[in-house]
Amino acid sequence: MSKLASAAKKNSPKAPNQEMWELRLYVAGQTSKSVTAFSNLKKICEEHLPGKYHIEVVDLLKNPTLAKGDQILAIPTLVRKLPTPIRKILGDLSDTERVLVGLDLRQMGEQIT
Amino acid sequence: MTTKNTKRHQLQSLEKISSGISGLDEITGGGLPKGRPTLVCGNAGCGKTLLAMEFLVRGAVEHNDPGVFMSFEENEEELTRNVASLGFDLTALSAQKKIVLDHVRIERNEIAETGEYDLEGLFIRLNHAIDSIKAKRVVLDTIEGLFAALPNHSILRSELRRLFRWLKDKGVSAIITAERGEGQLTRHGLEEYVADCVILLDHRVNEQLSTRRLRVVKYRGSVHGTNEYPFLISKDGFSVLPVTSMGLDHPASTERISSGVDRLDTMLGGKGFFRGSSILVSGTAGTGKSSIAAAFVDAAGRRGERALYFAFEESQNQILRNMKSIGLNLEPWVKKGTLQFHASRPSLCGLEMHLLTIYDAVKKFKPSVVVMDPVTNLISVGTEVEVRSMLTRLIDFFKTEQVTALFPSLTTGESSQSEIAISSLMDVWVLLRNIESGGERNRGLYILKSRGMEHSNQIREVILSSHGIGLVDVYAGPTTVLTGSARIEQVGLEKAEADRRKAQVDRRQREIERERGVTNAQIAVLKAGLEAKIEELNQNITEETLLEQVNEKSRFNMAANRQADVEPKVKHNGLTRIKGATK
Repeated sequence: MSKLASAAKKNSPKAPNQEMWELRLYVAGQTSKSVTAFSNLKKICEEHLPGKYHIEVVDLLKNPTLAKGDQILAIPTLVRKLPTPIRKILGDLSDTERVLVGLDLRQMGEQIT
Repeated sequence: MTTKNTKRHQLQSLEKISSGISGLDEITGGGLPKGRPTLVCGNAGCGKTLLAMEFLVRGAVEHNDPGVFMSFEENEEELTRNVASLGFDLTALSAQKKIVLDHVRIERNEIAETGEYDLEGLFIRLNHAIDSIKAKRVVLDTIEGLFAALPNHSILRSELRRLFRWLKDKGVSAIITAERGEGQLTRHGLEEYVADCVILLDHRVNEQLSTRRLRVVKYRGSVHGTNEYPFLISKDGFSVLPVTSMGLDHPASTERISSGVDRLDTMLGGKGFFRGSSILVSGTAGTGKSSIAAAFVDAAGRRGERALYFAFEESQNQILRNMKSIGLNLEPWVKKGTLQFHASRPSLCGLEMHLLTIYDAVKKFKPSVVVMDPVTNLISVGTEVEVRSMLTRLIDFFKTEQVTALFPSLTTGESSQSEIAISSLMDVWVLLRNIESGGERNRGLYILKSRGMEHSNQIREVILSSHGIGLVDVYAGPTTVLTGSARIEQVGLEKAEADRRKAQVDRRQREIERERGVTNAQIAVLKAGLEAKIEELNQNITEETLLEQVNEKSRFNMAANRQADVEPKVKHNGLTRIKGATK
């Protein structure tokens, strides 16, 4: 788990601004799905939100109380805390297209250039 | 060997925990399976959430089993408010760490799915909630809400299967609620996963009357009642009525209680009804059924016993007012709290619901006498078969509780079929009749049957007056039976006749006296005459004798003077006489 957490820290930008995207990835232990989800998320962010994103990884095995706050049922779940409104994306984020739509980074049907 | 034994032991006795719902434990033979999930399914509004909540709250309060309520529909405040009306204080229970409410809110529109996932988040959350209070009971209220929120049903299904397995491993007794589906028990086939115990709730409307019913569809490893049982959601929560399970083994008391009408008691062998018996008082409209019922209730009040009056026609105040007119003041008993009225229209709810309401009320109030006025009004609610079965159960129940029940029954002239049907269930049948004659109507009463006691076969006339209910002998003469003013007239006539006869006898008596007097007087007169005569005659005799003596003396003197010889005194009778005679 520490690997994921440290990875998240490494990728966080130094100076947050208004455009900053706050993303939270809920996982439960270091499962393959969690690892896949994290790497997929990092890739998408690097590509579409370079320098203006912040990823926080929450391990529910360590902080089970946090599950209630964001109404987390599924693992892994990506929650877009900012910009509002809150968005939740379930799964290992393997379908990049759907992730982008889910994060409002692209409208449905828009082609990846 | 030992493992085999323990295994067999486990098979023999499936551990159960009390559901806390009155009646359900009896149907299931002890409660819900311990440490296993139970599926409660039913349509919207049939009481699933309430059943689950009561299971949890009763567990927490009565059995000290902490519980987790995970709701997928209502939030904590709504739940708290909803069950507050049933007297459950969830806020306090939460504060005491006896109950954890967890609302799982899922907004479909803010969720997108990308690839593989599982519901570990839910597991962790539930696990945390369970561990935080060491919960023994868990409720998942309409977990099917997930099907709407999560589009990937194949993942959901496998996860739910895992969840139920996990609950079992966790050893918590759980209730999972689900919506009723078309053609299957639940909309999403949850019964496939929860196979231990399935309870179906139903809310049916039949002829505009709704009845809630509960059925244990399945209970693995346990015998259970398979019937549909009506249940009631009252202000005290959920209650199921397993009355059909009752047998005919109720106690039979030899104690007698007064009917409240002295003369009726005399007709019933002088002592009244047996305690715990069922009494049918049938009659046409206005024959005084309710009055007899009221007298019965009044007598119970006087004995200091509790009475419950189910009125299906009149309101409490109406009954109180009307009964005052015949000198029965029931108000003191109401004030004292020993008399309770339950007035409702029979069409208010179905027969089963009535039964349940009565059952509930009797269980709570614990009366020693009950009146159902009139029982025939219930017949309008159901078919004859239903009514009979309901009354059978009701009477069985009353007998088990040793409640003496009086059933006024309204008939139309001839005894109806339903009346005959219910009469066989009754111990005493008092019949009230209108007797019409001479341009007026009177009330007649007789006892058609009375099990286990001698009873009068006479018809009595019921007189309702401001002094109460009176029973008087009807005029049963050689030619006719008369009641009312005809009876009074006849009695008057007879009295006049008797008076006349008496007068005549008196007159004759006096005549005799008079005759005797006259005769005696005559006798006295005659006697006086006789005396006088006797006296006179005696006087004569004396005088004559004196004269004779004088004469003889003078003759003697004369003879002496003439110096006559003295005639010798009797020596030879014959000769001297002849001699004398010849002279």
